[in-house]
Amino acid sequence: MSSSNESVKKTVTVALVLCLVCSVVVSAAAVVLRPVQAVNEQANMQMNILAAAGMYDPTQSIQAQFQQVTSRLVDLETGAFVTEMDAESFDQRRAAKDPQFMRVLSAQEDIASIKRQSRIAKVYLIEKSGQIDKIILPIHGYGLWSTLYGFMALEGDANTVAGLGFYEHAETPGLGGEVDNPNWKAQWPGKQIYDADGVAIRLVKGGADRSDAYGVDALSGATLTSRGVDNLLKFWLSDAGFKPFLDNVKQGRI
Amino acid sequence: MAKTKELLFDPVVNNNPIALQVLGICSALAVTSSMAVALVMSLAVIVVTAFSSMFVAMIRSQIPSSIRIIVQMTIIASLVIVVDQILKAYAYEISKQLSVFVGLIITNCIVMGRAEAFAMKNGPIESFVDGVGNGLGYGAILMIVGFIRELFGSGSVFGIEILSKVTEGGWYYTNGLMLLPPSAFFIIGFLIWGVRAWKTAQMEKDEFKIAPNTKLKEA
Repeated sequence: MSSSNESVKKTVTVALVLCLVCSVVVSAAAVVLRPVQAVNEQANMQMNILAAAGMYDPTQSIQAQFQQVTSRLVDLETGAFVTEMDAESFDQRRAAKDPQFMRVLSAQEDIASIKRQSRIAKVYLIEKSGQIDKIILPIHGYGLWSTLYGFMALEGDANTVAGLGFYEHAETPGLGGEVDNPNWKAQWPGKQIYDADGVAIRLVKGGADRSDAYGVDALSGATLTSRGVDNLLKFWLSDAGFKPFLDNVKQGRI
Repeated sequence: MAKTKELLFDPVVNNNPIALQVLGICSALAVTSSMAVALVMSLAVIVVTAFSSMFVAMIRSQIPSSIRIIVQMTIIASLVIVVDQILKAYAYEISKQLSVFVGLIITNCIVMGRAEAFAMKNGPIESFVDGVGNGLGYGAILMIVGFIRELFGSGSVFGIEILSKVTEGGWYYTNGLMLLPPSAFFIIGFLIWGVRAWKTAQMEKDEFKIAPNTKLKEA
C-alpha cells in the first residue's frame, strides 16, 4: 500500500465511490426481488389461513385453494361488515398501530395483553351454496415470551371450532412451542365456544376430559403459554372481540 | 494447486474458525436447532465470506488504512443484505426461521477476520478460496452441532423422523435442552476437546503454572 492512499482526498474518494457502488447493488437487489417476496408473503398468509381451517392441501397450489376464501372487514363494535374499504389491501396488524383505526384497551379489558387493537378486523369467509361454511378469525395475544399470532376457524354455526393455528410466535421450543404440535391442534375441531353464560372454551391443566365439549388440554410444561392462549381466546371471543359479529352470524343478520 | 487445496481444507480441521479460533459462536448457538436451517446458514456464510474476501482483495491496494475496517464492513453488509433479500425471495420458509441471524452475518467475526487477516494481503482468487474454506469450516461445525441437536432434541434429521417421539405416540422422550441455545455450548465444547485431543498441535499452552503450595509443612 503506497502512502498516496492515506491522503484526505483519497480517503474521501474511496469512501464515496464504495458507498455509491454498494447502495446501487443493495437497492437493485431489493427492487428486483420485491415482487417475488410479496408473492411469498401473501402465499404464506393464505396457507396459514387455510391450515387453520384444516383445509390446506400441500399438493395443490395455494392460490387455487384460496379462491374459495373471501376476505371481509368487520367493525368489531357493531359486528357488521364494513364495505367502504377494500378488504384485500387492509392490514389489520398495521391498523392496530394507526390512530385512525386503533382503540386503546383499558387494563381491565386487556386480558390478552395486547394494549391496543384495531377497531376493524379482517375476517375470512368460506361460503358453500350461499351459506357461510367456515369463518376464520385473526387472533393474537401474549404468551410467555412473545405475542402469538394465529387464526381460529369456526364452522358456519359460529359456535363450533373448526381449527386453530398460530403462524407467528417465539415461545420456548419443545414447551410453549408445542402450540404448533399437530396432535395438540387436532383437539380443537368440534369444541364449542359459548355456553349459556358466555365464553366457555378453555385450556384445562392436567388434561381435559374427553367428553368435555369446551375443554382442551393445556400444554404440559408450558403453564404461562397455555394461560396466554386461554386469555387471548377469551378476549377475542368476548364483546371486545368478535362476539357481536358472531352473534350477527348466528341470528342470520349477515 | 496444492496451495488451493490447503487454503480450502485447512480451515475445516486444522485451522477451524470455530474449533480453533473460537469465532462465530453466537450464530452457531442460534441456528443449529435444526439441520435444514443450519445448512442454509452455512451456505449463506460461505457465499458472504468468499465474495467479501474477494472484493476486499480486489480493491485492497486502494483502501486507505485509516478507513479499512469500515470499508470491509460496508462490503460485507451489502453482501449480507443481498443474500437476505435472495433468501426472502426464494427460500421464504427458511428465511423466516433464520430471521435476524442472516442479518447478523455482518457481525460474524469469521467474515471480518478473513477480510482483515487474509484478503488485505492476498489476491482475489486466493482470498475467494480462503473465504470458501473458512465458510466450510464454519459450516462443518454447524452441521455436526445441528445433527446432534436435531436428533436428540426433536428425534429427526433434516425434518425426517428417526426416533419416534412420545408426544406422537412413540418411545423417545425428547431432550428439551437440545432445542435451547445453551446446549450448543456443551456440544461445541466437547467438539473442541475432541479435535484438540486428536490434533494435539492445537492444544494451547498453559498461560501460567500453578506453583506448589508454599505453606510450611508441619514438622
